[in-house]
Amino acid sequence: MKFKNTLSSPHITASPSLTRTMLWVVVALVPGSAFYVAFFGTGLLINMALATLTALASEALMLRLRRRAVLPFITDGSALVTALLLALALPPFAPWWLPVLGTLFAIVVAKHLYGGLGYNPFNPAMVGYAMLLIAFPREMTAWLPPTSLGATTPEFLDLLNYSLFSILPADSTYDSISMATPMDTVKTRVGLGETISDIHLSSPGLFSTVSGTGWDRVNLMFLLGGMWLIYKRVVAWQIPFAMLSTLALMATVFWLIDSEQFSSPWFHLFSGAAMLGAFFIASDPVTAATTPRGRLIYGAGIGALTYIIRNWGGYPDGVAFAVLLMNMAVPTIDYYTQPRVFGEERN
Amino acid sequence: MTTHKLWRFPGGLVLDGHKDMSMQDAVMIADLPPQLVLPLQQHIGEPAVAVVKPGDRVLKGQLIARAQDYVSASVHASSSGQVIAIEERPIPHPSGQNATCIVIETDGEDRWDPDKTPSGDYQTLDASELRNIIRDAGIVGLGGAGFPSFIKLNPGAGGSIDLLILNGAECEPYISCDAMLMQERPREVIDGLKIMRHALQAKYCLIGVEDNKPDAIVALRGALSADETKFIDVVTVPTRYPAGGEKQLIKVLTGKEVPSQRLPLDIGIVCHNVATAAAVHHAVTLGEPLVSRVVTITGENLEQPRNLEVRIGTPFSSVLQQCGWHPKSNDQLVMGGPMMGFAVTSDAIPVVKTTNCILALPAPQRPSPVAMPCIRCGECARVCPALLLPQQLYWYSWSKDLDKVQDHKLFDCIECGCCAYVCPSNIPLVQYFRFAKTEIWSQEKEKRKSDLARQRHEFRLERLEKEKQDKEERQRLKKEKLRKARGEKSETPDPKKAAIQAALDRVKARKEQQDSGARNVEHLTDAQRKAIAEVDERRKHLKTDPPATPSTDPQAESVTEKKTDEI
Repeated sequence: MKFKNTLSSPHITASPSLTRTMLWVVVALVPGSAFYVAFFGTGLLINMALATLTALASEALMLRLRRRAVLPFITDGSALVTALLLALALPPFAPWWLPVLGTLFAIVVAKHLYGGLGYNPFNPAMVGYAMLLIAFPREMTAWLPPTSLGATTPEFLDLLNYSLFSILPADSTYDSISMATPMDTVKTRVGLGETISDIHLSSPGLFSTVSGTGWDRVNLMFLLGGMWLIYKRVVAWQIPFAMLSTLALMATVFWLIDSEQFSSPWFHLFSGAAMLGAFFIASDPVTAATTPRGRLIYGAGIGALTYIIRNWGGYPDGVAFAVLLMNMAVPTIDYYTQPRVFGEERN
Repeated sequence: MTTHKLWRFPGGLVLDGHKDMSMQDAVMIADLPPQLVLPLQQHIGEPAVAVVKPGDRVLKGQLIARAQDYVSASVHASSSGQVIAIEERPIPHPSGQNATCIVIETDGEDRWDPDKTPSGDYQTLDASELRNIIRDAGIVGLGGAGFPSFIKLNPGAGGSIDLLILNGAECEPYISCDAMLMQERPREVIDGLKIMRHALQAKYCLIGVEDNKPDAIVALRGALSADETKFIDVVTVPTRYPAGGEKQLIKVLTGKEVPSQRLPLDIGIVCHNVATAAAVHHAVTLGEPLVSRVVTITGENLEQPRNLEVRIGTPFSSVLQQCGWHPKSNDQLVMGGPMMGFAVTSDAIPVVKTTNCILALPAPQRPSPVAMPCIRCGECARVCPALLLPQQLYWYSWSKDLDKVQDHKLFDCIECGCCAYVCPSNIPLVQYFRFAKTEIWSQEKEKRKSDLARQRHEFRLERLEKEKQDKEERQRLKKEKLRKARGEKSETPDPKKAAIQAALDRVKARKEQQDSGARNVEHLTDAQRKAIAEVDERRKHLKTDPPATPSTDPQAESVTEKKTDEI
């Protein structure tokens, strides 16, 4: 009797799946996103919806054009994760074309033109974000004040009206609704010669004891979600650990030198995209270093670059550019950090 | 019993054992099939050469094919009967190819060769005598590798080794033949071990058994005499795949790592399988060559999975039917374990010396045949017992960047399958690594071939040159002779012309000297000098005979070869 089945060994597998891995990432984003909505309004949900729709449509289109099987790839969840991460990086008060353009760029250019899942050297969400930040700096830096602060915080329908039709709520202007983030505020005003304690005193409610109002909780939730991903072994611990400890170390050194010029380490750890970046963006395995030592170097590089860009660069946050810069270094890092093979001498 | 200190090998997996299902019944002798098919090659090395011809009557244990070369193993008739053919038959091999087999029609008497003689007390024999007996008995590593055992019973230059390890880990799921052997016939294992120890002059012996085989451990410990416990220790090792890999077991038991690309012998250790030890006992103490072995016949597709003592050469179908097998063509039939075994395409293939398990699995357990792209998650690297980076090896194998693959130590891969087992993208990683290995081997073969062609070509040029000179010389002598016969004066060179020629020669010599002196070759290493010499050699050919220069172009190469072949 003949048998057709001649698959190569092993003949059993643990049957994990890519889709499940991606879904865990989505689940881990939930607490942080929920706190985000609580503090900065429902604009995030509009952005997420627009980005997701764009991501799935452009993913399907690109798979078609590249003559790839649409179903297994569209269900792998990677496009969804890209869309959600990009939406989380955008201001919650944005016209519809911002998430749509950013996602299109991320999926079409950063992902598929480089060969699709697994072949893109740069983090697609961050490529989309960087493109938007360079092309539309005004829209990209207009954040909303935390709900506890602004009496003028727009409701869901106002936000939807603005997103889809660029109609602002009555009796308000674009500038009266939006405002800079705490980190951006500190950066601009320190640049104008003010001290950090003055800035805190003159902007009541914008800052909390840790960092910015709302930002501290949102970052804390992303930290928790990220720890869960490490526990589930979806994320390698080395990258977030190295990134956050380098960021904290540099912040501590400069803060000890001059605490009126440089923000505290906890301010840096719990502001902006620190936790989201460490656990969800820098840790994207496709674009990150893959050796254990390489991951430490890669993470440390992102932490250091983030701090440098935050303090001395031209942009309000540095995570996206830090990640993209380190993405470029990945092949070199991986090549020179190969682990000792079993039976080789320890050096 | 003292507790032995244990170490941990890197990576590895905890797998479901599935061993109980085949351990319900005692080992029974498998039915005698009407036909036995004995491949000439059931081992690593050169195939044996048949010493019988069709029509010959053979007895059980009679030599039917003799080992050729050092690395080879003899084959013996596994029952009495008549040789009916020596022909190509399907054999258990991953490629599904055919190979020469001796086919015996059994007579049902299963009569032993009366010439078989026990060798008496092994302690009176010296190491080389023991190795000869073991070699003549056709014993190879029964754990699955099939390397001729007598070679691994040579202690090397030192004349003794520190440690002899018997591998009873049996780490692959489903397989239980070693467990049953240790449990039912512990004395055979221990007696074989003592013979091996004598041949190797080993100072100490360890038997490593995974902790999922408590009965085997109890049986072995119970069978040891008080005297034997002075130099034999049965050690329980944690169940973690692939603890039964030679290098992994050595690490667990001794904390030592066998240097990459080297042998355990290099660190004073030799490792044999427990079933091999039992076979050595049979060969030396009873004078019986290797004619049968315990095989696990198991899998979800069998009504009665179990272990059988199977005569080498028995077709798979025969043993499977004894275990309640109802074949369907989308079944998966595997020789070996589920992690490292290979799927076979026919149930007509015979049980060979390395068949430790026949696994009848339902249609593929792999959930999806579609391999997704690698996302470099690194799970594979986490479980790799060789500490490799399978994600990088995959990338370079896939792009056929064979230099980079070797930079990433491809040849340290033991093909255990841990990486493919955990891969969330379902990439058949091991298949890629096997492909890259064969690619590299065939490239090296090509290179050797082209080197040979180059040498032959150079030799030919030299010979042609010599022939030309000989011819000229002959013609000159002939002319001389003719002139002499005509009574002419022999031709003397014009003195003026000779002076000019001499001057030209001097200039030429000086120029050549300058050319070679212009290069800075004073302080070079031998390797560099050799490389330069090789380049010079190639350049010389380029100048003199460009079209026939061996190049990397395969077509050009074949032309060169043809040319040389024609002469």
